[in-house]
Amino acid sequence: MADRTFKPETLAIHAGQIPDAETGARALPIYQTTSFVFDSADHAASLFNLQTFGNVYSRLSNPTVAALEERVAALEGGRAGLASASGMAAEAIALLTLLSQGDHVVAAGALYGGTVSMLAVNLERLGISTTFVDAASPEAFAAAIRPNTRAVFAESIGNPSLAVLDIAAVAEVAHAQGLPLLIDNTVPSPFLCNPIRFGADIVVHSATKYLGGHGTTLAGVMVESGRFPWDNGKFPGMTEPSRGYHGVKFFETFGDFGFSMRARMETLRVYGAALSPTSAWQILQGVETLPLRMERHCANALAVAEFLRGHKRVRWVNYPGLADHPQHALVARQMRSVGGRPGASGLLAFGVEGGLPAGVRFIEAARFMSHLANIGDTRTLIIHPASTTHRQLDDAQQLAAGVQPDMVRLSVGLEHIDDILWDIDQALEASAG
Amino acid sequence: MADDIPTLRRILRSARTIAIVGLSAEWHRPSFFAAKYMQEHGYRIVPVNPRYPEILGERCHASLETVDVPIDIVDVFRRTEDVLPIARQAIAIGAKCLWQQIGVKNLEAARLASEAGLDVVMDRCVKIEHARLFGGLHWAGVNTGVVSARRGH
Repeated sequence: MADRTFKPETLAIHAGQIPDAETGARALPIYQTTSFVFDSADHAASLFNLQTFGNVYSRLSNPTVAALEERVAALEGGRAGLASASGMAAEAIALLTLLSQGDHVVAAGALYGGTVSMLAVNLERLGISTTFVDAASPEAFAAAIRPNTRAVFAESIGNPSLAVLDIAAVAEVAHAQGLPLLIDNTVPSPFLCNPIRFGADIVVHSATKYLGGHGTTLAGVMVESGRFPWDNGKFPGMTEPSRGYHGVKFFETFGDFGFSMRARMETLRVYGAALSPTSAWQILQGVETLPLRMERHCANALAVAEFLRGHKRVRWVNYPGLADHPQHALVARQMRSVGGRPGASGLLAFGVEGGLPAGVRFIEAARFMSHLANIGDTRTLIIHPASTTHRQLDDAQQLAAGVQPDMVRLSVGLEHIDDILWDIDQALEASAG
Repeated sequence: MADDIPTLRRILRSARTIAIVGLSAEWHRPSFFAAKYMQEHGYRIVPVNPRYPEILGERCHASLETVDVPIDIVDVFRRTEDVLPIARQAIAIGAKCLWQQIGVKNLEAARLASEAGLDVVMDRCVKIEHARLFGGLHWAGVNTGVVSARRGH
């Protein structure tokens, strides 16, 4: 009899954690310890040689952190996960494991500003170049691939552009050239979209956002599909003896979780952006209710989008969950259905009548909607990206990232929808000045 | 073919001796990783490889035919096309399980062993399955598929 395939609502609560072997504790214990004792010198040797699995030092692995890693891997339908101190750290670990000096990345143009900086500035300084292309065009990804390209990077839903990526089409382009597709899946969360189902090879999350949901804790997770053929000749770091970890051949030894093991032993271990056990525990408190919260985020965001569209003080509304959104068919194909409508997450953007000054007045008139640089909180959050999250980019880069000067981004929270609509309405009235 | 968690648990729990066909003495080879891990977890390893006299402190046999202890699992680290005679030998020595490692998928050998009453596992690593089902692999962030309200072990 085949093993049962559990639904995400069940995995969000159970995957990665069974009752503690020693105490029977049902909830996840916090193993707040830097180090773990060896049973013997031989046991220590086996652990260091990776011949047995176990914990050595919490910069490499920790039982509380492992519960988060496995849970997100299970929710994504992936083979293995690796947690880190933030979403940016998860991206950096994936890319630094994959890439070497002289390599090239093809990336979507409409990316989170921090990711653009990592690719265009930080990795560029290490001799790794990136070509940014129109995320709506799989052909543009194909045209930008060079002989030294080693990764294709995009977001399932762009933040803040809300551009929806045709994951299957871009995965096909990447795989035709023997390249892995990396997807930042932060905005939909693993409940609404599983990029691996559509061909992605590595998924990264800022767990700080919907996975945690409470806005208290920073964390990141990388998940690998276990399906990428790392022995295709382009990735000697996966197949040759590791210089970074005494000669281990990661793909041969660990097979379908070889990339995560290499990321853990070569990159996380050396660069040190490990997640604290207490932070992992806090994120997991949120993950248990992820499916419930995402359903409400989607329902509230749809109601807000429809309200804004009919409001005289609003010039335009961008929400992929609206039936007349240009990418709605793609949204319906890639996202989980919530109440019979494609769940398009809780982010939307709109332009306030009166441009930039009216946008600023709108934000300052809000009663409980919080003006801050985060998304995916229980609270409704508002921000003007052009003057905050994306201000380090020039005008052309801002437009390429989908940021218009009059654009307000809403991360619709879990307050009562009537109260959210009331706060938006009164702030829009105040925006007239 | 055994592919579900309860059956794999039963096979690994009831076994004491594992003959590893194609075991390498090189420390960085996957077969050595697997053998050392299983030995450390209480299994008696019986190496089968004509190239070595001894591996991991155990006498190495040139073939399964000369093995003189009862074998529970015959674990095969050989190419798919070489498995059929190993399956016949596994049946002849009364082994209880024919286990083909990751990437080894000889369907004919599996059918033969299954008809002779052996448990049959294919395209899985004995070490990874042990670590997945009895703890350890979880610490490497791997999606073990284990959902349970019973404590570990």
